[in-house]
Amino acid sequence: MRDPATPTAETPTSAERDELRRQGILLTSIEEIYNWGRSRSVWPLQFGLACCAIEMIAASMARFDIARFGSEVFRPSPRQADLLIVSGTVTKKMAPQVVRLWNQMPEPKFCFAMGACAISGGPFKQGYNVLKGIDRYIPVDIYIPGCPPRPEALLHALMQLQEKIRGQRLTGPSAPPHLQAGAACDCPVPAFGGHDLEPPKNPALWQPPVLVRKEGA
Amino acid sequence: METPDQIRDRLLARFPGASVAVVANPGPAAQHSLLLGSGEARAMAEFLRDSPGLRLDFCSNVTGVDWLDREVTDVASKTIPDPAGGPPKLVEQRTKRLQPGYLEVVYHLYSVELRHGPVVLRLRTGNRSDRVAVPSLTPVWRSCEFQEREVFDLFGVVFDGHPDLRRILMWDEFKDHPMRKDYVEPDDYEWEPTPHADVLAKARRHYPAAAPAAKEEPAP
Repeated sequence: MRDPATPTAETPTSAERDELRRQGILLTSIEEIYNWGRSRSVWPLQFGLACCAIEMIAASMARFDIARFGSEVFRPSPRQADLLIVSGTVTKKMAPQVVRLWNQMPEPKFCFAMGACAISGGPFKQGYNVLKGIDRYIPVDIYIPGCPPRPEALLHALMQLQEKIRGQRLTGPSAPPHLQAGAACDCPVPAFGGHDLEPPKNPALWQPPVLVRKEGA
Repeated sequence: METPDQIRDRLLARFPGASVAVVANPGPAAQHSLLLGSGEARAMAEFLRDSPGLRLDFCSNVTGVDWLDREVTDVASKTIPDPAGGPPKLVEQRTKRLQPGYLEVVYHLYSVELRHGPVVLRLRTGNRSDRVAVPSLTPVWRSCEFQEREVFDLFGVVFDGHPDLRRILMWDEFKDHPMRKDYVEPDDYEWEPTPHADVLAKARRHYPAAAPAAKEEPAP
């Protein structure tokens, strides 16, 4: 685990703090307790697109029990949600709605691309009607590979997100954009064009990789 | 249940002069279908729904087929008598003609009441460009409504008499009909880790420097 505060000779490491906590002494900073609190109450948006949503629902039920990680409160409104789990195929017709939901969520917010379709379009990638990955339009924090991923994979992604939240700084240049003055937080919503979405991607978020390929490789 | 030929004969008895034909399916399924002319199609559909021996009260499926222009070879054989008095010769004459393309709508009908089916109906448009209207069968079977909208959306068949003919899967601003065989998809290739077949051709078009044509290796 990454230590939120860089340990020096004066500041105790997180292992030492855990030891002290067991003895009844709580040494903390505002940053640590703030991140501790919000990393254990990540409320996902109640939103599913395709078969990956079934695995997401399974993760929220008793056998896998996402409540162990504090994320059982699936919110029916984006205004109350912290986490957008893009679970399933994003068609070009649905993509503007997904971006709109993302823009309606308050900061701090996080996004999972769950499954092959949400990551890249998956088996439908070269089709005329499927978006080639939701990261064309919104910033994705965690990619969960699988078709569909097991509920354990979703829980693992959630634990990785908790790690990420615990490591976040609240001040300075590495702070998340909503804590930096002047940083843009919402993403432009694409419009329906005659053949494709306009624009087909948000170049500020995603650029196609420049690829050098050898013939026959 | 009656065979397609019997159903055709019943339709012809009820609608004399109507255009009805049985399209044979040569495959092992042998699911022959009835090709109805556009003029009387709706009246004939109502007859199929209401006539006591058929009672085809449920339309389970509507789909479209796109037939492109194709070249057909007609073979006509004729016998030519030998002027020398020998046995007459059999000569095959092959003529090529262009069969213009058309769009086809296929309906699968069942009877819930009499528990039989399917009876397959086909409707054809005049061509693929400007005479693309067929009568809608939504007034006869309500279950056709969304599926005819889908055929309109993806194939561009216009259903006369449909109560609400709009696109259903693609967005309203979309310009083309994606399930037509000559549909050209948007040129939105980005990158593919393992391209092959058509996708490899696209990769070469978009990354010509990265995927050069095969060069000859210098001999060692």
